[in-house]
This record gives sequence, C-alpha cells and structure tokens, in this order.
Amino acid sequence: MTTSKPVGLYVHVPFCLSKCPYCDFYSVPYSREKASEYAQAVKRNIRGHALRYDTVYLGGGTPILLYEHIADILAAADIAAGAEITAEANPCMAKPQVLETLRSAGVNRISFGVQSMNERELKLLGRRHTVKQAEDALMTAKQAGFTSVSADMMIGLPGQDCFSIISTAQKLSQLGADHISAYILKIEDGTPFAEREIELPEDDSVSELYLHTVRTLEELGYAQYEISNFAKPGHECRHNLKYWRCEEYLGIGAAAHSYLDGRRYCTERDIDGFIASSLQITTVTDDLPGGWEEFSMLKLRLTEGITYAEAERFGKAGELRANAEKLPHVLVELTDSGVRLTPEGFIISNAVIGKLIFG
Amino acid sequence: MSDNSYLGEIRNFCIIAHIDHGKSTLADRILEQTSTVAERDMEEQLLDNMELERERGITIKARAVRLNYKADDGNTYVFNLIDTPGHVDFNYEVSRSLNACEGAILIVDASQGIEAQTLANTYLAIEQDLEVVPVINKIDLISARPEEVKQEIEDVIGIPAMDAPLISAKMGINIKEVMERIVTDIPAPKGDPDAPLKALIFDSYYDSYKGVIVYVRVKEGSLHVGDRIRMMATGAEFQVVELGYMGATSLSPSDELKAGEVGYIAASIKSIGDTKVGDTVTRCDEPADEPLAGYRSVNPMVFSGIYPADGSKYGDLRDALEKLRLNDASLTFEPETSVALGFGFRCGFLGLLHMEIIQERLEREYNLDLITTAPSVVYKIDKMNGETVFIDNPTNYPDPTEIKQAYEPMVEAHVYAPSDYVGNIMELCQQRRGVFKDMKYIDKTRVDLHYDLPLNEIVYDFFDALKSRTKGYASYDYEFKGFVASKLVKLDILLNGDVVDALSFIVFSDSAYPRARKICERLKDHIPRQLFEVPVQAAVGGKIIARETIKAMRKDVLAKCYGGDITRKKKLLEKQKEGKKRMRQLGSVEVPQEAFMAVLKLDDE
Repeated sequence: MTTSKPVGLYVHVPFCLSKCPYCDFYSVPYSREKASEYAQAVKRNIRGHALRYDTVYLGGGTPILLYEHIADILAAADIAAGAEITAEANPCMAKPQVLETLRSAGVNRISFGVQSMNERELKLLGRRHTVKQAEDALMTAKQAGFTSVSADMMIGLPGQDCFSIISTAQKLSQLGADHISAYILKIEDGTPFAEREIELPEDDSVSELYLHTVRTLEELGYAQYEISNFAKPGHECRHNLKYWRCEEYLGIGAAAHSYLDGRRYCTERDIDGFIASSLQITTVTDDLPGGWEEFSMLKLRLTEGITYAEAERFGKAGELRANAEKLPHVLVELTDSGVRLTPEGFIISNAVIGKLIFG
Repeated sequence: MSDNSYLGEIRNFCIIAHIDHGKSTLADRILEQTSTVAERDMEEQLLDNMELERERGITIKARAVRLNYKADDGNTYVFNLIDTPGHVDFNYEVSRSLNACEGAILIVDASQGIEAQTLANTYLAIEQDLEVVPVINKIDLISARPEEVKQEIEDVIGIPAMDAPLISAKMGINIKEVMERIVTDIPAPKGDPDAPLKALIFDSYYDSYKGVIVYVRVKEGSLHVGDRIRMMATGAEFQVVELGYMGATSLSPSDELKAGEVGYIAASIKSIGDTKVGDTVTRCDEPADEPLAGYRSVNPMVFSGIYPADGSKYGDLRDALEKLRLNDASLTFEPETSVALGFGFRCGFLGLLHMEIIQERLEREYNLDLITTAPSVVYKIDKMNGETVFIDNPTNYPDPTEIKQAYEPMVEAHVYAPSDYVGNIMELCQQRRGVFKDMKYIDKTRVDLHYDLPLNEIVYDFFDALKSRTKGYASYDYEFKGFVASKLVKLDILLNGDVVDALSFIVFSDSAYPRARKICERLKDHIPRQLFEVPVQAAVGGKIIARETIKAMRKDVLAKCYGGDITRKKKLLEKQKEGKKRMRQLGSVEVPQEAFMAVLKLDDE
C-alpha cells in the first residue's frame, strides 16, 4: 500500500478471435493456454509496481477473452475506492454469464466495439457481430448493472451517409449507452483494408459526417468532451482523460505504453517476450515529457481546451492567445479564461493545433 | 630568332561530344595511357571536378591537362587536352576553349549517331579552323552501327570519316589508335616565342593560397616568373609569381611558358573579374599591339531573386555567393528586399542551366534552403522623362504611365531535331512569339530550324516544352541578338487579396490573360489547403484578370489516441514543425517553397 497520488492502470490484452481488416493494434490469435500465461504475467507485473490506481482500463485486443482471469488481475492491484474500472468487449461475446463475471470482478464500465448499427457497414468492417447481437450486448450490460456502458461507432465508412450515422447514434441512445466514442475510419498501412485499396469517402463528406455526428449526439444528450468522445453528464471516461491531461498511467502488457516517473515508455509488441520476462522490458520513448508542445497537443483535443492559467505554467499564455487570435473563430473559441477548439476545428485539429503551438 | 622546333612535339586539342557519348571516359583512358595519373589516383571521370558535374555528366567549366605520350614514331609528344563545357549557356566559353586548340576529337556514339549539341560545337570548331578527328565510340554495344554513323558524319559535317577509329572508351578498346591520330592528324601549334606576348585566357579559378589561377594558351611570345603582365581588355596589371603546366592532379611549376604551350599563371590576382575568359595577356615591358580577336564581355541574361528559406541564413547566403563568385565571374548578385520573402539577392546568370547549377551548389555545398523567384530577363524601358532604364526585377517595373516604349531581349535560336517533329516545333515557336527565319536539312532526316525568339519566352520552360513535343530528340542553341520594341505588362499575383511581390512578373501583353489563368491554376494546385478559403488572383494594373480559389481544409485529424500511445501524434507535431520551415508565411497564407518554382512550368503538356 502506498500513499502517493493514485495513477491510471492500463492492461493491454493482445488476443483476438479474428483480426478486423482495419485494425493495426497489436493482437495475436487467442489460445486458452497462452491467455492464462499472459494473465499470470500481468499479475506479476502489477505486483512489481507499488502503485495505487484510481482508474483501470483493460483494453485490447479483446480483453473480455480473459474474463475468467480478470478478478485475479484486479485483486493483484491496489485500487482506490470509487475507481473507474473499464473493460473493452466484443458484442458477440457479451453473454449474461460473462458480463456478470466481469461485474462481480469489479469492472464497472464496459466499452463495446459496436462500430455501427447497420448490417451492411458491419459486414464491410468484417465484424463478427450482427446488429441484433449489438442490441443484446448493450441490454445485457445494462441489466448486469455496469455504472457506464459505452459504445464505439465509426465515421467515414465507404457508402456511409448522414442517415446511417443518425440511425446508429439514435439506436445506441435508445439502448441506453452512457458514452459514445465516434472514430473516423483511417486506413492504416499494412492492414487488409490498405491492401484492398478500400475507397473512403472524400474529405469533404467525411467532414460533413463528423459534424453531423457531433450535432446528432449533442441533440441526444451526449456532450462532446474530446475529438472522438461523447458522454451523458458524469459518464466521461476518467481513464482516457488522464491521457489528454498529461496525467500518469502505468501500461502493462505487450505493446503497452506508460507515462510514469517523468518518462514515457513502452514494451515490445511481443507477447512471448512479455510472458517470459519476470518484469516487462521497456523502452523509453521520451525521457523529457510534459513539455508545452505535448501538453497543448493533448489538451487541445478536449473541449475544455487550455486555460491561460495552464499555459502560463509554461510561460506560453501570451503566445497562445496571440496565435489563437489569428485563427478563424469558427475553428477556435477564445473565452475569458482560455482557448478551445470547436467541432469545425476538431476535424482539422492537426493543422489548427499546429497553428496554435507554432503560430 | 630563337629555336621553335619544340612546337613540332606539341598537340593542343579538345574533345567534342554529346552528353553521355563518352567524353569523360575517353579523357580518362587517355590519361591512363599516358600514365599521367597513377591508377590509385584514378577516379572515374577525372576531368569533371565538381560533384555536380559528375552527377549531371556534363562539364560546367573548362579544365585542362598536360600529358606526355611516346608515339610509334619514337618521339615523345606533349598533349594538352582542354576540356570544354557542353551547354548552350556556356557557348562563349566553348568558343574560347576551342580557340586554344589546333584540333578536336569528335566522339560520336556508334548507336545514337550525331546529336545537336555535338553538331553545334563541331561547327564552332570548324569555324575556328580546327582539325576535327572523328572517333566512333561504344562499338561494344549490340546496337552499334559504326558504318552508318561514319556515313552520317560525312554527310552531315562534311569531313572524311571512313577511317575513323572504332573504339570503346569504357572497355579500353583501340585507345592507342586515337593517340596516334592525335599525333598524325592534329597540326602542331604555330607561333614565335620571340614576338610580343599574346596569351589567350580560356579559364580561371580561385585558389585560396595563390589567388586566381589563370589558364592560358600562349599564342605568341613567352612569359617568365617575375614578368609584369597586363590583361588587355580589363587593363589590370600583375606580377607573375608562378607559372607552369597543368598536371592531372596538381599544378607543376616551370620557369617559362612559350608560344604554342598551354599553362597556368598565378600572379596574386584577387578578383576573378580581372581575368575574363577570352581576354589577352601581354607583357608590360613589350606589349602586343593588339589583343587576340574574339573577346567579348559576357553579361548575365537571366535574373532571379534568391532568398534563404530561413531568414536568419541571409549572412550565410551572402558568404556562399561570394565564394561561388570567386570561381565564376559570370555570376552577379546584389542585395534585394521582398515584402514576401524578406532579405535576399538579385542574381544574374548566363542562362537557365547556369541558374540551376548555382542554386544546386548553394543548396548542396553550402547546405542552404532557398526560395527562388521566377527568372526574369532584362527589359529596356524608354521613359516619358527621357531616361532609359534597364529592369531586371519585375518589382521595379515602372508605372505604365511613365513608359514611352518598352523593349525586350531577342535571341537567335537554332532548334535541331528529327524532321518528323517540325510541325510540333513550329507550333511551339509560334506560341512563343517566334519569328521563323529559315529551315535547313542537316541530313535526310534532321533539320535545323532557325527562329528569332524573345528571350523571356524561353527562360521559363522552353526546353522542357521542346523536349516533350519531340520525345526528347530536339535540342537548341541561342545567341543574344538585341532589344526590340514590345508591348509588355506587369502581372501581379494576389493571395487572399494581398499582392505577393515575389510572384510578379513581366509578360507580353497578349499573353497576359492565358498566363494569368494558368498561374492561378498552378498556385491553386501547389498551395495546400489552408484553414480558410484563399482566393488566388492575377491582376494587371490593379484590374483582376483571373481568379481561382483554394478551398478551406476539410479533414486533418488523428481520431484515436489508443491506450495512451501518443508517439504518432508527437511524430506528426515534429513533422509539422519541420514542414513549417519549408513554408513561407505570405500574409495569412502559408506557401510552400515549391510553389514559387512550380508556377514557372507553364507548359500544358
């Protein structure tokens, strides 16, 4: 038991039943035996750190494949009272018994990779589940008593129009989702989508779809709090907010990233290496993090933006205000206390944030 | 009269060849054969000193080397091999190098035959009464057709070629025969070592220890260490500190240079401007009555603004230009200021290739990032107030109300190409306001088209356009003719409503509208979308004549930040930081450096 400030814990579970054709995250085919070994290694690593956690995020991959081990894993960690504990899940695996197991292990937030409530789009994405299964998953989760139920949806699919976006958003809302992550599909190098040369909609229409999504979700009561994240009041993902607010977190597992003790580091994309090591072997990616560029790049992804008081900690308040004043108001809002991006700004945020930082 | 029998053992010659026909390779073989260079010093293509020359396979500046060759007749001969530049921009330098020789080896590729540049230089050599020795190279190639090529040489150039040596410089085949031909076919130089000194300057370069080193061909008289010399055109006088011959890898000092010989002079000369190519060196104690014929002052023809991409590198750019000028008297520059680009230099060049070479050398050898404005020619303006001004920068172009008459430079151009392309070439020349003079058949299949063309029509992209219309077969050659009266206007480009001075240029008034439209299109294509919509306009005298719109950026986002992995975002930010360096902020618009050059390539093909 430590007395220091609690941090976030991220556990990467790199197993999948099948690989989605757009996904470039690290994952390997599931085997029961390997999953068990992996869970042991995770526990070993958690015990190896004398830290206290107020958020836990089990991400993947498909962490729900480890559901039998999750209670053990969480038991190994010193978790603060009232902590947010999230597990990602695949709708086709959301059997009542599985979700209840998660629930009783302490998981209080579940995030489903729904992606769409349109059969054609699900097929196109190569997902294993159907619209019906997604509906069942959300309802089962609600019944199982999770504090927050989240669903992912995708923007910018081939052939997608704003009606399909609105329909997916409405269905998720009707099913009682508390939180929605809406990601723009990006073709990553080396994925089957890249090889198949899938044709995405034009930037102009993706932009329209994105703004439609933001408007629709706002109307349904989901407030945008980050470029791709929307929540009913009080349901914002506290763990993910840590990333964007430059707060500390420990990442455990193959290909997991950490920001701890003034360094950013990661582990290899090597599941066997992770299992074989007594403690995970890490590589430092940044030994001087937390600078102005990093802080503002991450913080400006949030609708809360950057306050001048925060900027002044880096001696940048004046520069930030001056740079912001040069940009169109439709992209950047200047308030009395700081600077924030609008949805129109978010969709071109790489450029806008660059301008705010570099002028 | 002193003994001049030494002249019989000297052969001064150059090599004429088209790019890639093997000039440098043959020069290397000759150097090997005469054991002038130890094998370990042998670097491919020794004569092309500059990295850039080696890469482009062209000779930019003339070089020379002295070799000893023991011939079959038992005598040892002194060979002075003078390398010549091979491009139209350096035509004058070529003519002076040729003038330093009695003969020329003409290399023709056994599979490709005679090319235009070869032809132009061969004619120059024949004009100067040089003995031309044809050599057929690359006979090792399967596609070689030596007999046809021989016939072609006889038909086109009109010199005997049936017994031309068939060689492969690359494989070292038959090089000996070339050496013997140099002895037997090229005449020995003439001259009187006792006459007043006349030495032709055909090249010079700056050495940081010795000052300017001048390469000369002594035509008459003799010169010794300690003599006072005078450059007859510039009038500058110096005392000879050192003289001698050019070894393959270093200079070898001597006591005397005599009529017929080729050598160098070092005389503590500080400025290369005092040693103009084509000038005559004479001795102060016994000066020649008149200089050698053929000198002319070479003036820059093409001008452009060169700016450091990073404004703080202005000093570095100035130092680099000064260093380049030490070796290149034809490069001129003076400071200039642009609202859009800040502090930079207005630079003058002999032609477009010269301009590109200087730019590349600045970027490579001095590690500078540059922005270059559209090349401009010099215009002559008679003003209402009786003044005559020469304008090399569009920014300084007078207000139309002050202009009585504007004149633009004309060149006499020869385009050489297979006759199949005559139609295309004529169309192009017509588009470029060319005036047709005549057309000659060089042989059964090839023509020489003679046009008068305004220089400003060929400085932008004429060569590219010519190449694309002739599948790369055409080449051309031009010479300045004079100024002719013309209707000219200044075209301004506006980005987001503001005039960008660095993009303004002067254009023939009838071409203003199409040119304006094209430039707006080009800029639209080359300026990335900004955060807001940007109008691109072209105006003549305040009146907008063309407009395009760069749409606002619509999507540029990294949607996901998974599992706390922010490395990708950081990389993106670094890239943006780097990218910003290659951008120019013009008012509220960010313009990439490439856009400044891209607008010049106006040809629609």
